[in-house]
Amino acid sequence: MNENVISCNALTKRFGDFTAVDSITFDVEKGEIFGFLGANGAGKTTAMRMLCGLSIPTSGEATIAGFNVYKETEKIKKNIGYMSQKFSLYDDLTVQENITFFAGIYGLSDKSIKENSASLLKQLGMEDQANKRVGSLPLGWKQKLAFSTAIIHKPEIVFLDEPTGGVDPVTRRQFWDLIYEASGNGITVFVTTHYMDEAEYCNRVSIMVDGRVEALDTPTNLKKQFNVSTMDEVFYHLAREAKRGE
Amino acid sequence: MKQFLTFVRKEFLHVLRDKKTLFILFGMPIVQILIFGFALTNEVKNSQIVVVDYAKDMASQEIITKIEASRYFEITKSLSGSKELEAAFRTGEIKMAIVFPEGFNNQLLHQNKAQIQVIADASDPNNATTLTNYVSSIISDYQAQMNENSPVPYQIKPEVKMLYNPQLKGAPNFVPGVMALVLMLVCVMMTAISIVKEKETGTMEILLVSPFKPLMVILSKAVPYLLLSMVNVISILLLSVFVLDLPIAGNIFLLFAESTLFIITCLTLGIFISVKTDSQQTAMLISLLGMLLPTLLFSGFMFPIENMPVPLQWFSNIVPSKWYYIIVKGIMIKGLGFSYIWKETLILFGITVFLLIISLKSFKIRL
Repeated sequence: MNENVISCNALTKRFGDFTAVDSITFDVEKGEIFGFLGANGAGKTTAMRMLCGLSIPTSGEATIAGFNVYKETEKIKKNIGYMSQKFSLYDDLTVQENITFFAGIYGLSDKSIKENSASLLKQLGMEDQANKRVGSLPLGWKQKLAFSTAIIHKPEIVFLDEPTGGVDPVTRRQFWDLIYEASGNGITVFVTTHYMDEAEYCNRVSIMVDGRVEALDTPTNLKKQFNVSTMDEVFYHLAREAKRGE
Repeated sequence: MKQFLTFVRKEFLHVLRDKKTLFILFGMPIVQILIFGFALTNEVKNSQIVVVDYAKDMASQEIITKIEASRYFEITKSLSGSKELEAAFRTGEIKMAIVFPEGFNNQLLHQNKAQIQVIADASDPNNATTLTNYVSSIISDYQAQMNENSPVPYQIKPEVKMLYNPQLKGAPNFVPGVMALVLMLVCVMMTAISIVKEKETGTMEILLVSPFKPLMVILSKAVPYLLLSMVNVISILLLSVFVLDLPIAGNIFLLFAESTLFIITCLTLGIFISVKTDSQQTAMLISLLGMLLPTLLFSGFMFPIENMPVPLQWFSNIVPSKWYYIIVKGIMIKGLGFSYIWKETLILFGITVFLLIISLKSFKIRL
C-alpha cells in the first residue's frame, strides 16, 4: 500500500459567482507521475495554485505531503518544488549562481548547496558550463537546468506547469528522462501539459473540463474506456463538451 | 536571515551585471550635476555690464579698473543718463549696471562712507545674484585695501537693486533639486523595474512558491537600491562641494538621515508601482511620467510653486520631492537645524508610511 502525498476531497475555489474549480477529488501516490490535463480555462492553474499553497480554497479538503492547504501553507512550500511554463531562471546570472540562489532561498546549508549543485551539474553533464551565464545556454539546457533546480532541495512533490512548451521533441524526450529519474528517486511529479504524447508517459492522467475532473485513470484504461486508440482522441472527446471558452 | 542575504547578494549581481543600469545609476547624477552646474547656471564669465560714472574721480576710477580686470565682467560702454540705462536693460544688452554718485571720492574721504548703486537684471535671478555678489566682493576688496593704510575705517556700501524680480523668487538652488530628481529616478524606476522584471520572466512565481516570504522578496529588492542611492547622495554632495563650490551649511548627518528617509519614500513608491503593473515598459513609463514630471514641476525646483494656480499648489503638497527639496535646501543652503524642518520631515514620513501600507496591502491581494 503506497502512501498518498496529494489528497484532495471536494476541493473547490470560487471567485464571486464563478466556480473555477468545482469539487475535485483525487489522490496521488508517492513517486507517481500524475498528468493534470485540461483545455485552457478549465481550472488547472487555479487547482494547482491551491495545491501549492498560493491560494486558499473556498471549500473542501486537501493535504499536500501531509500538510493542510488551509493552515500549513508554509510547510507545504518547503516540501514542494515548482517549475513554470515560462522559463524561470535568471538569465544574467551564471548556472552556478542560479543553483546557489534557489538552493539558498529554500534554506539549504552551504555544505549541502555545494554537494547538491555538484551532483546536479554532473547529472546534467554541465560541469563546464557552471560559470556561463544562463542566458547564453540553449533553451533545452535551460529547461533541464530549471527542472533540476526546482528539485534541488529534494522536495516530496514537484509541480510542473507546462514545462515543455516551445521545446523540440528530442529535448522533450530528454526532459522526460529527467522526470522519470526524479520519480524513481521517490519524488512525486504533478505535471500539466498540452502535449498528448506526454500524457502517455504519465502513470495516471486526470482530465479537467469546466472546473471538474471528468476522467482519471491510467492512459491505457482511459483509451479503453472511451474506445479510442490515442490520448489525443480521449482528450478531444471530453474537451469538446466544455461550455467555458478561453 | 541567511536566505535574505542570499537574495540581496543575487540582487547586487543583477545590478552589477547590467551595464546600462550601472551607467544610469552612477553616471546620471554626475552628468546632471555637471549640466545643471555649468551649462545652466552659476559660473558667470564675461558678463556685459555698464558703468555710469557721475563722480569721475580717483576712487571711482580705481574701482572701475578693478572691475575691468576681473574675468567676470566686460564693461561695454559708459553711459551718462538713467534713460539710456533703462533702455539698455530692457533690450537685454546688459546684465548689470554700476552707478557712482557725484562726489563719490569726496564723500568717502570726508564722511568715511559712500554708496555705489548696483543694478542687476533679476529676470534671471541666479545670474543676478552671482553678478552682484562678485561686484560686492570686488568693492569690499577695495575697501580693505584702503583701510590698510588708514587709521579711520572707510566704508563703501554697495546698494543693490534687483530689477524686474526684486525678491529673487525661484532662484534655482539646483543641487537640492538634482538630489530629489536623481533619487526619485534611481529608486522609483529601478526598484519598480527590478520587481516587475521578475514578474515578466516568471521567476516571481518561483519565488512565491518557495518558502521565502513575499515581504522579504520586496525587502531584499529594496536593499541594494538603498545602498546605491546612498552612494549617489555622497557623490552628488562631493561634486557640489568640490566642483561647484557649494558648501554644506548645515549638519551633514541630518542631511543624510533626511536623504535616507526620502530614499525609503522613493523605494516604497517604486514598490507600489511594481505591484500595480505587469510589464517593465509600463513600470518605466509610470515612473517617468508619474514621478519625474511632478518632481520637476511641483518640487519648486524649477518653477516657483507660489506662482501656480491654487489647485496646483494643493497638488504639490502630495509630491514627496517638494518636501525633500525644502528640507535639503534648508539644511544645505540655509544651515537650518532639525527644529526648523521637523514639519516637512513629518509629512515625508507620513507619505512613506501611507505608501508602504497601501502597497503591502495590494501586494497581498495580487498574490
